Amino acid sequence: MSAVTFTSAQGDAQALRGLDGGGGSGSSRGWGGPAPKRIVTGYGFWIFILSDMIMFAAFFATYAVLLGQTAGGPSGHDLFNLRNVAIETALLLASSFTCGLASIAADVRNKIWFQVAMAVTCALGLGFLAIEGREFADLVARGAGPTRSAFLSAFFTLVGCHGLHVSAGILWLLTMMAQVFAKGFREDIQRRILCFALFWHALDIIWIAVFTVVYLLGSAK
Amino acid sequence: MNILDPQGPIGIAEKTILIDSLAIMLAIVLPTIVAIFAFAFWFRASNAKAFYWPTWEYSGRIELVVWAIPTLTVILLGGVAWIGAHELDPAKAIEGPEEPLRIQAVSLDWKWLFIYPDQKVASINTLTVPAGVPLQFELTSASVMNAFFIPQFGSMIYTMNGMTSRLNLQADTPGTFRGLSAHFSGDGFADMHFDVHVVPSEQFSKWAQDASNADKALDARSYDQIASPSMKSEPAIYRLVDPDLFKSIVTQKLPPTKGMQAGVIGAAPKAGVADAR
Amino acid sequence: MLGKLSWSAIPFDQPIPMIASGVVALAILAILAWVVVRGHLPYLWREWITSVDHKRIGVMYTLLAMVMLLRGFADAIMMRLQQSLAFQGQGFLPPEHYNQIFSAHGTIMIFFVAMPFMIGLMNFVVPLQLGVRDVAFPTLNSVGFWLTCTGALLVNISLVVGEFARTGWLPYPPLSELAYSPGVGVDYYLWSLEIAGVGTLVAGINLVTTVLKVRTKGMSYLRMPMFCWTTLATNLLIVAAFPILTATLAMLLLDRYLGFHFFTNEAGGNVMMFMNLIWAWGHPEVYILVLPAFGIFSEVISTFSGKPLFGYRSMVAATMAICILSFMVWLHHFFTMGAGADVNAIFGIATMIIAVPTGVKVFNWLFTMYGGKVRFQTPLLWSIGFMVTFIIGGMTGVLMAVPPVAFVLHNSLFLVAHFHNVIIGGVLFGAFAGYTYWFPKAFGFKLHEGLGRAAFWCWLVGFYVAFMPLYVLGLLGMTRRMQHYDVPQWHPWLIVAACGAGLIFCGIMLQIAQLVVSIRQREKLRDETGDPWDGRSLEWATASPPLAFNFAILPDVSGGDAYWALKYRDTEPSKSDEKPDYEAIEIPRNSATGFVCAFFATLMGFALIWHIWWLVAAGAVGAFATFVVFAWRDHVEDIIPADEVARIDLGNQARRRAVLGAGAAAR
Repeated sequence: MSAVTFTSAQGDAQALRGLDGGGGSGSSRGWGGPAPKRIVTGYGFWIFILSDMIMFAAFFATYAVLLGQTAGGPSGHDLFNLRNVAIETALLLASSFTCGLASIAADVRNKIWFQVAMAVTCALGLGFLAIEGREFADLVARGAGPTRSAFLSAFFTLVGCHGLHVSAGILWLLTMMAQVFAKGFREDIQRRILCFALFWHALDIIWIAVFTVVYLLGSAK
Repeated sequence: MNILDPQGPIGIAEKTILIDSLAIMLAIVLPTIVAIFAFAFWFRASNAKAFYWPTWEYSGRIELVVWAIPTLTVILLGGVAWIGAHELDPAKAIEGPEEPLRIQAVSLDWKWLFIYPDQKVASINTLTVPAGVPLQFELTSASVMNAFFIPQFGSMIYTMNGMTSRLNLQADTPGTFRGLSAHFSGDGFADMHFDVHVVPSEQFSKWAQDASNADKALDARSYDQIASPSMKSEPAIYRLVDPDLFKSIVTQKLPPTKGMQAGVIGAAPKAGVADAR
Repeated sequence: MLGKLSWSAIPFDQPIPMIASGVVALAILAILAWVVVRGHLPYLWREWITSVDHKRIGVMYTLLAMVMLLRGFADAIMMRLQQSLAFQGQGFLPPEHYNQIFSAHGTIMIFFVAMPFMIGLMNFVVPLQLGVRDVAFPTLNSVGFWLTCTGALLVNISLVVGEFARTGWLPYPPLSELAYSPGVGVDYYLWSLEIAGVGTLVAGINLVTTVLKVRTKGMSYLRMPMFCWTTLATNLLIVAAFPILTATLAMLLLDRYLGFHFFTNEAGGNVMMFMNLIWAWGHPEVYILVLPAFGIFSEVISTFSGKPLFGYRSMVAATMAICILSFMVWLHHFFTMGAGADVNAIFGIATMIIAVPTGVKVFNWLFTMYGGKVRFQTPLLWSIGFMVTFIIGGMTGVLMAVPPVAFVLHNSLFLVAHFHNVIIGGVLFGAFAGYTYWFPKAFGFKLHEGLGRAAFWCWLVGFYVAFMPLYVLGLLGMTRRMQHYDVPQWHPWLIVAACGAGLIFCGIMLQIAQLVVSIRQREKLRDETGDPWDGRSLEWATASPPLAFNFAILPDVSGGDAYWALKYRDTEPSKSDEKPDYEAIEIPRNSATGFVCAFFATLMGFALIWHIWWLVAAGAVGAFATFVVFAWRDHVEDIIPADEVARIDLGNQARRRAVLGAGAAAR
């Protein structure tokens, strides 16, 4: 093929884009054509988040089944420190708020506020992980590690899986900060920020389920 | 081992349900298969006599029939399933004039241990039962999951460590039949079959009497030996020393056995690991 | 330094794996040498390995499936041979080998033959049928494919380095726990599937988003071809079910690696929970396998009958009903676990309810042929073979959904016959029909028809000879996975079954011959028009093979069977003289991300299996780095300018008009 040129992913692509149909099904004469990239990307990422929630659902179901299987060892009532959980919740919720601020900053293309908001989000997330890490280490030291009983295996896995997701999220967060620093608010970087924000908020939603099902319900008895 | 030649009320009932369900479905399936061949052949492109309706793609009446036929079949079969599942639930006791016989079964690697708690008898890989008497099985496993199955008597049931499954069977006529494990459990799985001797009641009482005076005793030490993995175990009879042996296995007072460690590639070397056989 | 890995991991004392892997290694080296010496490597790298084009990726998925079919079938031949010989004897495969072989057979056939075959066909066809240029996420598509390859590679490496799982294709605990399976076999299985599972999930997300958000103008949902509907249902199932598999296998991994107690016998582990979780994935999985096949048959039967699909809306409703219901029946895989009469009965009834929409589909295919002009070419032969065979398989399935029947037939060869009946008769026949049907679109020439028919008959007859005896054996009380037996009545049936496997072998040989002969005779078999079968949907509007961008101008659709309408209503010659409004087209650039990421994933998987922890860390860093490098790209797309598009398209149209004009007199 001759005369093929490539372009940077910015600006002029708009003019050269092929059919950029409305994409929405709102038009009365039916489907307007393939949806714009931002919608497609966001939609696909939502589907991923739903699949991730189903994975968490499997861990929740396991936790529910194994709740009573303490093998003569400690139960949630004996182990859970609700004060720590409250602090973790506050940190995570606050980080969702600052992540929202970062999204707004990205929308108005303000680099400084974006980096600040993301940095604060990172700090809050790391704080959450620090408290959770300390809780886990403390439990293990008390002989209530995941190998003690099926209940504890389920607890560590469910809460730990959420923690792993938060860790991955922080890695992603730092990468996005670096990307914006190096390349600014390009179309595709904006789409990635959208996906990151969706991911971070979804983790918050899952945390709400975690502290309700695991800590609040598990502390009862 | 033909399940279409059942030897007890459970097996007979299950065979009846199988044949009836098959017949109901064949009534739909066979005409459909005939229609497939008939339509494909008649409407072949080279057949000038067949009509061609190039735009015909919907008929409300046909849709109604097409949804109705499977629905009605399913309603009928669903009724069979509901009633059958309740009538033939493994845990449901068998009605009968005779006093039921309690048998406890434990699956091991790779053999079956049968315990007659009331007769104080135990056996490996051989089962003797009286004809016409309801048999109340309680089952568990001392290692991995298995399934207890005597095809000609009817239902099978899983055996799992730490849990008790219940199964009710009955053998009507004397004879020798075969049982096996119907759930894969490892290298020696194919040898987990056992003979089932169905004898008249009086003969059974005599057998139990003799067996309770057997030379070999089943106590904690001989159980240990039995429980270690082995293949192709010969049938054997024991007198039962501990009547609570089954309960000890179920509650894990006697812990589940460890599997065979030899002959696997990449097993991390561990101190004191039992090498089987 | 190398974890558990040592020279003793290679089974030098076992002739079968040593010879098999020796032959395979030689073959791979020979092919590699030929590629390099003939200078094809740059072409391969540029056009295939780093391609993000859905058509290329679809072909590669299908190729993976066909190669893995050979490996899985070799396992099957060994199993049939063993069982026909091992009457009152040990046969030629001791238990530790036989157990690995049947485990590998099932694992490979489901995860590395059936899934990739279907995903490959969906990938290739769906964007063309939707009238668009590619799937929603082309680079992600490539990542998904290469991760699937990683899984396949790991399973095959286990043949020569270490061993494979001996637990069956689903690793039920406690047998799969460390206490009872201390070797690396189960670890190979688990890591291979966890990695391939990510690939499958990615494909699922991609295709769902494509069908829902990336369709051409005017293509509302009810104007989509049936294959796109089944693709939607299949991938919704993938997205919803595969996370359960990921979670469950992860729990088993945690038990094995870190001493957790999800499914152990002691400390409160619950083996019943594994059964529930794995089958909550496992049942939707079988519908993931068969729904695309249903879609293929809808396309093939309507095309080769010269009629639109009968009862389109009914078919859509039935498909989505199957999609939802498939999540409500999982307990029928373990009726004999003792859940009680009420639970068993409810799940039995739910299972039968799924038979209703499936039955509706069969009847609608039947009435698609009614009043048609049926052409008995190979794709249609596969379809008729499917209809008859699948009905029988479905019937035996509904039979076993009656709990008392399951109580005597569970885990027997009757069960094995049932699921092969529906998987071979449904999924595999569908795959072969789709392969034959869309081959000319992918490569520009048809497959040899005579050899195709011969292969079909060998497969069909071979299937019945191999599996009908297994129904009988199940009724005779034979359970599955037996390495040896001593019941005389079973022996003759097993010999017959082995002969059936031999017939299927002939079928496979004929298919290989068909491919070789077709390539040799490709000029004679050339498809000039892009529409060799008088098709009805948009993929036949493109050239064979299609241009990189599929459509120069995205079509504007005003009804179902969009291409049929285009062909037979658009008869005004003046209309086709109008010069369309060409615009520039963006093509996503090739990327090595998928291949490189999978390379690191393979390293990680292998290292995790053998406990080589530093290599795990290195692999993880490498995989992450790959994504960062990809994210840092500045040039993400190539642009083909409008006049270039015009030149290519007008050239194509002229060529096609010449051929059609010559053939118009014949029509």
